[in-house]
Order: sequence, then C-alpha cells, then structure tokens
Amino acid sequence: MASELLLKLHLQSNPEALCLVRATLERATELLHFQAPDSRAIVRSVDEALANVLRHAYQSQGNLPIEITCSKLLENGGASGSCKAGIEILLEDSGVPPNPDELKGRSLEDIRPGGLGLHFMKQSMDLVEFGRKNGKNQLRMIKYLVPAAFATKPEGE
Amino acid sequence: MQIASRISEGFTIFDISGDIDLAHSPQMRKALLGEIKEKRVPKVFLNLKNVRYIDSSGIASLVEGLKASRDTGSRLILYSLSTSVREVMQLSRLQKIFEIFEDEQQALAS
Repeated sequence: MASELLLKLHLQSNPEALCLVRATLERATELLHFQAPDSRAIVRSVDEALANVLRHAYQSQGNLPIEITCSKLLENGGASGSCKAGIEILLEDSGVPPNPDELKGRSLEDIRPGGLGLHFMKQSMDLVEFGRKNGKNQLRMIKYLVPAAFATKPEGE
Repeated sequence: MQIASRISEGFTIFDISGDIDLAHSPQMRKALLGEIKEKRVPKVFLNLKNVRYIDSSGIASLVEGLKASRDTGSRLILYSLSTSVREVMQLSRLQKIFEIFEDEQQALAS
C-alpha cells in the first residue's frame, strides 16, 4: 500500500489536548478532499480512540506520551493491484494493553452510559485494527476517500 | 464548552455551546444531575443548536441524565440538535430513546 507521511503529532495524555487534535485532523482531512461527513467521522474516531487511551490505557494519568501518525494513502490502479486513496492513522501509547473482551464492543440495545466509543470508531472507519508492538499499544485506522459523486448527504445538511 | 441556564415557567433550559468532550462532559453531567436529582425540576431542556462536537462521554452524560429523569419522574428534553449531535445520536441509535424536538417552541409546547 503506497503512502506518504502527512503529519506526526506527539502529545501528552491530557484531555485538553483532544480539541487540538480534532482541529488539526479536521484541517488535514479537508486538505485530502474528504467530504464533510467523512471528515467528521475521521475526527470522531481519532478523538474516541484518544479518549480510550487516556481513560483505559493510561488510567486517567496525565502527561504520558501518545504519538499519532497520519499518512496519505495513494491511489494506485496499476496491474499489480488497485489501492484506494485515503488516510491511515496510527496511534501509539505505552499504557496498559486493552482487554480483548472490551474490544468486542457492546449491544446498542443495552441503553446505558459508556462503551460507545469503540462502536463509533468501527462504524465510522473502513478499518480499525488493534495490535501491540515493541511494548506499545498500536491502533491503526483507515478511511478511504469516496469520490464526491458517490458521497451521500447526511440528514440535516 | 459553555453552559448558560435559563428558567422558564419553573423549568430549566440549558443553552450549551462548543465541544462536549472528555474534558468538558463532567461539567454538563454535573449541571444536568443537579437540576434533575437535587433540585427535582420537572422538565429540563437542552438547547444543542450550538454544540460543535459531542463524543461518547457526552452521550453517556445525556443517558445518565435520562435515567435520572426516569427515576425521579421528570423529563429531559433535547431540541435544535446540531449536525454533529444528530449524527452521533443516529450512530448510537439513541434518537428514539430521547425526547427530541426541532426547536424551542415545539419543545416548550410538549
């Protein structure tokens, strides 16, 4: 999969940092020509992923490192196989590994506070993949670019 | 995030603006539960027109407020949902669980 580095962010595990990441990603996705609903979906997914790192991996301890790497996926329709354009986001933290049972999500029929963040990520992105490498938690997410002609307009816009 | 409150006919209206995220949802939760559980206000309205962003912790606070309102026999009423709030309500399939109205006039008349 051909890609080029778009941006790399090093931040601390503080809730106040989330709005900065959202603003940066909103602009980055606009530059990549994502439609507004997809841009919001990407921003939402990264925000929810970061909130999970803060709450679960770092158990609400501040000032611990988080790294976000965003890459632009390049379209390649050659004979060797086609790749779609899009964005790949890799989040890395050094916190507690996630519990595999918690990564399954929960039923939405169960109306209660909590547990929605993972659902939002899975609903919003084309790929959500958890892993662990070199003692770090890694979360890889991909959203492919949908040509404007195929994009659907959400209710209320 | 900013929360402004108004009193109308004995009911509380919260005008919320900005981002309801991990950093700010505890503030909204405290305000909501204060009206519903402590002051026992019979109807609490949330004007969400100027909410730019809401995350799952904000939705969790709304669900908690809804449960508290059911426990105390009061009503939590949402209106003028911004695009961001509407999308997240749809994603979490909660739009049929909450009382939601298009605007303040309809909400107050309910």
